[in-house]
Amino acid sequence: MLEEDKGTTGITIRNLYKIFGANPKAHIDAVRNGMTKAELNARHGHVLGLRDINIDMPAGHIQVVMGLSGSGKSTLIRHINRLIDPTAGEVLIDGADVVKMNAAELRAFRRHKTAMVFQKFALLPHRTVLENVVYGLEIQGVARAKQLEAARRWIARVGLEGFEDNYPNQLSGGMQQRVGLARALANDAPILLMDEAFSALDPLIRMDMQSVLLDLQKEIRKTVVFITHDLDEALRLGDRIAILRNGQIVQQGTGQDIVMKPADDYIASFVQHVNRGRVIVVEAIMKPGMHDKGAGLPLVPQGTILEHAARIMTERRIGALHVQDADGKPMGYVDMQSIIAAMVTPAGP
Amino acid sequence: MDWLTRFPHMDDTTLTALKKSIDEGFRAFTRAYGDRIETFFDPLQYFLIQSERFMTGTPWPIILALIAGIAWFASRSWKIVAGTVITLLLIGFFGMWTDTMKTVSMIFVCTVLSIAIGIPIGILMSRSDRFQGIINPVLDVMQTMPSFVYLIPVVMLLGIGRVPGLIAVVIYAIPPIIRLTNLGIRLVDKDVLEAADAFGSSSWQRLKNVQMPLALPTIMAGINQTIMMALAMVVIASMIGVQGLGQPVLKAIANQYFTLGLFNGLAIVGIAIIFDRISQAYGKRLQKHLETVHA
Repeated sequence: MLEEDKGTTGITIRNLYKIFGANPKAHIDAVRNGMTKAELNARHGHVLGLRDINIDMPAGHIQVVMGLSGSGKSTLIRHINRLIDPTAGEVLIDGADVVKMNAAELRAFRRHKTAMVFQKFALLPHRTVLENVVYGLEIQGVARAKQLEAARRWIARVGLEGFEDNYPNQLSGGMQQRVGLARALANDAPILLMDEAFSALDPLIRMDMQSVLLDLQKEIRKTVVFITHDLDEALRLGDRIAILRNGQIVQQGTGQDIVMKPADDYIASFVQHVNRGRVIVVEAIMKPGMHDKGAGLPLVPQGTILEHAARIMTERRIGALHVQDADGKPMGYVDMQSIIAAMVTPAGP
Repeated sequence: MDWLTRFPHMDDTTLTALKKSIDEGFRAFTRAYGDRIETFFDPLQYFLIQSERFMTGTPWPIILALIAGIAWFASRSWKIVAGTVITLLLIGFFGMWTDTMKTVSMIFVCTVLSIAIGIPIGILMSRSDRFQGIINPVLDVMQTMPSFVYLIPVVMLLGIGRVPGLIAVVIYAIPPIIRLTNLGIRLVDKDVLEAADAFGSSSWQRLKNVQMPLALPTIMAGINQTIMMALAMVVIASMIGVQGLGQPVLKAIANQYFTLGLFNGLAIVGIAIIFDRISQAYGKRLQKHLETVHA
């Protein structure tokens, strides 16, 4: 499979701080010693963008960074390819610290290691779809024939065949973002940065684009960093999710962790409106051993969502299911009672 | 109370001495460096003469076809091509063909020179706020200083002729192209620039692939303005020996030949309209990709 050659580039962010203002270095120690964002702004007129960010983004998976506007999520993603310089901290990719790169190294890094998709598409309006998609390869100095070959392949892959010679303005928002995605993918970089890539799209088209991304990710296995303010989107796409608030990470983990064990009231209030039946999987609420009805019950694989398990039970008019792991070994059972209990939103704080 | 009714000024002898010493200083500079400066501008002189020789020496049907061809290439509009041809035929019919060709040649050289100097300066201005801060007041002076004033030192240095005329016209006509190049680049969408950076563009690639193409419609508006301002200088330039439609106008002023002045004035208006329509149509064609067609 493709996994071995592409999935080796993880991202490690260590103690990352960003202060906006005239003289950020002067205030870094005060912030390290616990000065709050409000205090820093009131006393020194500097804005705290990010405070002590530590994330390990595993190679070949989708890492979602979620937060509301002003939480610093777009600032954070721009530190990975250093469109924004940090005040302190490290961004380690393939053993190299992006923060310490000089201009030439940084350019080479951006050309070969990362590709980015933007909220407002940021396509070149004077170039056709085809010419937009070749952009990254053109910058790298790849031979023209190869540029075109890759561009046509990715344009077809995102479903835009036949639109190669259109200008971005002639396309709808959803189609424009497909161009943005094709442009990033044509670059063939191991890291894909997506800054609120689907936020500007209509809900239906957004769902559609999420499916396109998940579908593609099964083949390309890139390290995807996906920024969003939408928890449903985060839960659907994210192998791992980090939640950002006021420039700090308040919780990190899988979607399960966040829905089942919200770290604080802030996250709990977010999670309240999630359709839990589509997020929580059977093994999260499974009881060990066999159900007392014994071996007659149907088996479902681990990773089955509660909604699906409940549907099987109602269709077959049974009250419990057995769960098996990837090798087909039984792991435990779930019953209707516990499924309903898990799907009902706990009383809000 | 004398000082209230009469502005207290520098005493007359000092003032005269000041003016005299500046004048003498400049005259000495002219004597010492005039020849060298003239040699420096020789290539321009050559360019001007060649261009004029081409415009006046080539048989008129060829020139007419050439201008019509350029009009078609730039505008893709039969209306503009027809208007151009009819205007030129009328000008020729009224006996002003040679003078008009001399003026067109002069304007062409001025525009090429203004573009060659103006666009790089505009690019530098867009990159540095400090440089912009220095250049802006200079441009203000160039645009507001009465042109007769800077004709004096130009004539002192280079005498009467085509090159001093060219320099005077360029000084007057170059500010719009500098300003609009600067403005056009500064107005380029920040999101698109960020995308160019994210893909690892060098600053030359950024300029070539993103900034210049997106600023081009604005730059074209600057070129259009530059051409119009150059045409406005034709009569003044004729005072220092530039040949073309300006000289008959000058003669008409001196001798009160109303009709001569009117005809040549109208010929200037005619070629101004031709230049304007062609360059604007070209600018509009550059923006074709901005038309929203999707429905």
